[in-house]
Amino acid sequence: MKISATDVSKRFGAFAALDRVNLEVRSGELLALLGPSGSGKTTLLRIIAGLDWPDEGQVLFDGEDALKRSAGERHVGFVFQHYALFRHMTVFENIAFGLRVKPRHERPSEEEIRARVQKLLSLVQLGWLADRHPNQLSGGQRQRIALARALAIEPRLLLLDEPFGALDAKVRKELRRWLRELHSEMHVTSIFVTHDQEEAMEVADRVVVMDRGRIEQSGTPQQVYEEPQTAFVHEFIGESIMLPVVVLNNAVHFEGRSVGLDAQGAPDGIATLFARPFNMTILPDAEPDSLRGEVRGIHGIGPARRIDVALGGAQTVIEVDAPRSQHCAIGQVLHLRPAQYRLFPSEI
Amino acid sequence: MSVTAILGGRKRSVIPGFGLTLGITLLWLSLIVLIPLAGLFLKTTELTFAQFLAVITSRRVLHAFQLSFGLSLAAAAVNLVFGAIVVWAVVRYRFPGRRLLDAIVDIPFALPTAVAGIALTTLYAPSGWIGGLLAPLGIKVAFTPLGIFVALVFIGLPFVVRTVQPVLEDLDSQYEEAAASLGAGRWTTVRRVVLPTILPALLTGFALAFARAVGEYGSVIFIAGNLPNVSEIVPLLIVIRLQEFHYADATAIGAVMLVVSFILLFLVNGLQRWSELRIGKRN
Amino acid sequence: MSTVQFTARIKAEPKPAHRPANTPAHDTAMAPAMPQHRIDAREDAPWVRFVVIAIAVGFMSLFIVLPLACVLTEALAKGVAAYFAALTNPDTLAAIRLTLLAAAISVVANMIFGIIASWAIAKFEFRGKNLLITLIELPFSVSPVIAGLVFVLLFGLQGYFGAWLLAHHIKIIFALPGIALATIFVTFPFVVRELIPLMQEQGTEEEEAALSLGASGLTTFFRVTLPNIKWALLYGVLLCNARAMGEFGAVSVVSGHIRGQTLTIPLQVEALYDGYQIAAAFAVASLLALLAIVTLVIKIVLEARLQQE
Repeated sequence: MKISATDVSKRFGAFAALDRVNLEVRSGELLALLGPSGSGKTTLLRIIAGLDWPDEGQVLFDGEDALKRSAGERHVGFVFQHYALFRHMTVFENIAFGLRVKPRHERPSEEEIRARVQKLLSLVQLGWLADRHPNQLSGGQRQRIALARALAIEPRLLLLDEPFGALDAKVRKELRRWLRELHSEMHVTSIFVTHDQEEAMEVADRVVVMDRGRIEQSGTPQQVYEEPQTAFVHEFIGESIMLPVVVLNNAVHFEGRSVGLDAQGAPDGIATLFARPFNMTILPDAEPDSLRGEVRGIHGIGPARRIDVALGGAQTVIEVDAPRSQHCAIGQVLHLRPAQYRLFPSEI
Repeated sequence: MSVTAILGGRKRSVIPGFGLTLGITLLWLSLIVLIPLAGLFLKTTELTFAQFLAVITSRRVLHAFQLSFGLSLAAAAVNLVFGAIVVWAVVRYRFPGRRLLDAIVDIPFALPTAVAGIALTTLYAPSGWIGGLLAPLGIKVAFTPLGIFVALVFIGLPFVVRTVQPVLEDLDSQYEEAAASLGAGRWTTVRRVVLPTILPALLTGFALAFARAVGEYGSVIFIAGNLPNVSEIVPLLIVIRLQEFHYADATAIGAVMLVVSFILLFLVNGLQRWSELRIGKRN
Repeated sequence: MSTVQFTARIKAEPKPAHRPANTPAHDTAMAPAMPQHRIDAREDAPWVRFVVIAIAVGFMSLFIVLPLACVLTEALAKGVAAYFAALTNPDTLAAIRLTLLAAAISVVANMIFGIIASWAIAKFEFRGKNLLITLIELPFSVSPVIAGLVFVLLFGLQGYFGAWLLAHHIKIIFALPGIALATIFVTFPFVVRELIPLMQEQGTEEEEAALSLGASGLTTFFRVTLPNIKWALLYGVLLCNARAMGEFGAVSVVSGHIRGQTLTIPLQVEALYDGYQIAAAFAVASLLALLAIVTLVIKIVLEARLQQE
C-alpha cells in the first residue's frame, strides 16, 4: 500500500510538532523516520496510524483519504514503544485480540483464529510462551509478541514506534536483524521511528531524516550518509568535523587564510565546512594553502588511529583518522586538507 | 455549545467517549451535589442579612459554635500528638502485633458512627468500664462536654496516622544517615530532618481531623448531654431546628457550617500541595 | 467508612508511578562503614522505642479496642437467645431490608458514575480537571447533617419542590427515595477516587492498541480497561457499601424515624438505645461492627492485590 502525506502540520500550543511535512512511502518498502526527540517523527507516525490528527494537511492510503477513517478502520498494525500488551491476557489472547473483535460477519472461527495465532507465534519463534502473561516475558519477547499481535490483523501498513528503544544493546541488534528478515518475507509497507541512526541505516530501505517538525532529507541509507543535503543531516548521521569558514570569491578561508578548497558554488559569506574524520588527508609536505594544526592527542591502537589536531589559534580541535604509516607525535605540526567536504551557509 | 467547546483547549483524542462521559459526569454531579448545595445557599438568601445575623449570634447558637469548634480543635490536637506517636511506632519499629495495630487504625473510619456512639457512651457512663473507674475521682465523662471530646478524639484518630504514613514510609534513609554521620544526635536529627518533611502532612491530618470533628453527629449525640448552652453541638442544633420546622434557622446555621467546610477543604488542598513540594514530588 | 482517608490524593496529573523503596546508600559519600547495618543511623534508643510503643498501644487499646469489646459484651449481656431474638425482631428485619436496599441503590449508582467519571478524567486532558475533582470530593468535607438538610430543603414539605411533590403524591423525604438520595450523596466520591489514580497510572496505551486493532470504544472498555481496574473498582465498591450501610446523620435527617418503615439499621440502633433496650441495641450494632471488621479484612486483602498490579 502506498502512503502519501501532503503538507501535514500539527501544533501543540505554540510548539510546531510538524511543519508542512510531505512524505511519500512506496508500497512494500521499509522506511525509517530518523531524528532527535522533538523532531516530530512519532507525531507523524501516530497521525498516519490514526492515533492523532493533523491541524492541516492530507494523508492518503492508495489515493483514499485516510483521515476520514478511525484508527481501527485504517487496517494499520501499530507496535508501541512500550509494547502496550494487554496485561491481564495471555500471549495467545493478546495476539488473537484483533481477530476476536472483528464484527461478526468478518470474524474467523475459533479454530481458524487458533491456527493463525499459532502460525504467528512460530513466525516470531515464541510458540512456547502462548500461555504466559506479559509480565512473565522479557523485553525482547514482549516486543516480538507486540509485533505478532499487530500482524494478526493482516495489516496493509505496519507502523513501529521506537520498537527497540527500551531494550538493551544486544537484544536490539538481534531484533533489528530479525525485523529486516521478517520484512523481506512479508513485504508489508512498514514505517518505523527511531532516534538511533545506526538502526535506521542498518534496517531501512529508505531513511527520512527529520528535525524540528520538518523533513531534512529522504533517501537510501547510502545517499543520506554520503550525500547529506543539509548541515543537520551531515551532523546527525555519522561523524562530522565542523569548521567555521568564510567563503570569498569561490574560495574557502579558515582563520583568515585560504585553505586551497573550491567553494562548490557557495555564496560569499560565513559558512560551515563539514567533513568526515576519515576524509581528512594529511599532506606529506607543508603547504601554505591548507589547514595547519598541532597534534594534541593520539587515541587507539591498531590499523587506524584517531588524532586530535588543534587548528590555527588552537581554538578548534578536530578529530582526524590517521593511518598506521603516518608518523604522529604530540606537538607535531600537520597540514590537512579534506578529500571530500560539504559547505553549508551558516544560519544566523 | 458543546461540552468540549465550553472547556476549550482540548485536543481531539483517539480515545472515544469524552463528550458523553464528561456530560454525564457533570449532569450527575450537578443533580446530586451541586444543585442541592446551591439550594442551601439559595434558601439562606430568603433571610435578610439582619435576620441571618440574629440567628447566628443568638446565645444558643454561639454557644454551640464555641463548643463544636473548641472541642474539635482540642480533639484534633490530641490526635496530632498521639497520631504522630502511633505512626512512628508503626512505620519505624518492628514489634509483635505491629500489623494488627496498623490495621485497627482504620476502625474509626469503618465503624458506623451510631455504633461508636453507643459504645463510647456505655464505656464512659458512670456504670461503664472506664466511667466507673473515673467516677470515684469525681470525673464525669458521659453526658458532659468531656464526653464529646472523647468521641471526637475517637473519630479523628486515623487522619493523622494515614496522612503521615506514606510520607514517613517514603522518607529516604540517606537524609538521617547523613545527619548522623555529620554528628547530629538522634533527637536533633528527628527534629531537623524528619519533622520538617512530615510537618505539612501532620498539619493536613490535623486539618482533616478537625474538619471531620466539626461536622460529626452520630458518634457524639449519644455521649453528649445535649443540653442547650452546655453540651449541644452545632449539627444537633440544626437537626432540632429542622424538627421544629424552623427551616430558616437551620438553613442559616447550615450555611455557616458549609462555608467553614469549604474553607477547610481549600486549606487542606493547600497543605497537600505544600506537602508535595516538601517531599519533592513537584517542581 | 466515614470520611477521607487520603484526601485530595487524586490530582489532575498522575502521581509518580510506584513509590520507591528505601534506596540503599552505597553510593553516597556518607554511607556508613558497614552497609548491612544501614539502619543504624535511624535507630532510636531502646527506652525511646519502649515508651513510644507503649503509648501507641495504650492509646489505641483505650480508644479502639475497648469500644469494640464493649459492643460485643453488651450485645451478649442477656445471653445468646436474646441476641438472636433481637436480630430477628420484625422492626429490625425491616431495618435490615431497608438498609440493604438503600445501600444497593447507592453502590450501583456510584459505581456506574464512578466508572464514567474516571474515564472522563483519567483518559483525557482538559482544563478544569482539578476543579472537577474537587467538586466531586465535596461530599467528603460536608457534615452528614448538612447532607440531609439540603435534601429536606429541596424535597421537604416546605422545600422548593415540596408542593409539587405533594400534588403528585410522590414521597421523597421520609421515604426510601430520600434515604437513597442522602446515601448516594455521602458516598458519592468513593468509587471515583479509587479508580482515577489507577487509571491515570495505567495510561491510555492499551486502549490505543485495542482501538488500532479494530476494537470499538465499548469493546475496548469492557475487554481492556475493565479487567485492568477490577480490583480498584471492587475496593471502591466495598468502601462505598460500608459507608452506605453505616450512615447515620444524613439518613437521620431525611428519614422521619417511622418504626418498621423508614429506619435503617443505624437508626434502629438509636431507636432501641433510646428506648432503653440496651442489649438489643448492641445486638443490632454488633451486625454493623461485624460489617466493619469484614470490610477491613477484605480491604487489607485487596490492598495487597492492588500493590501487585
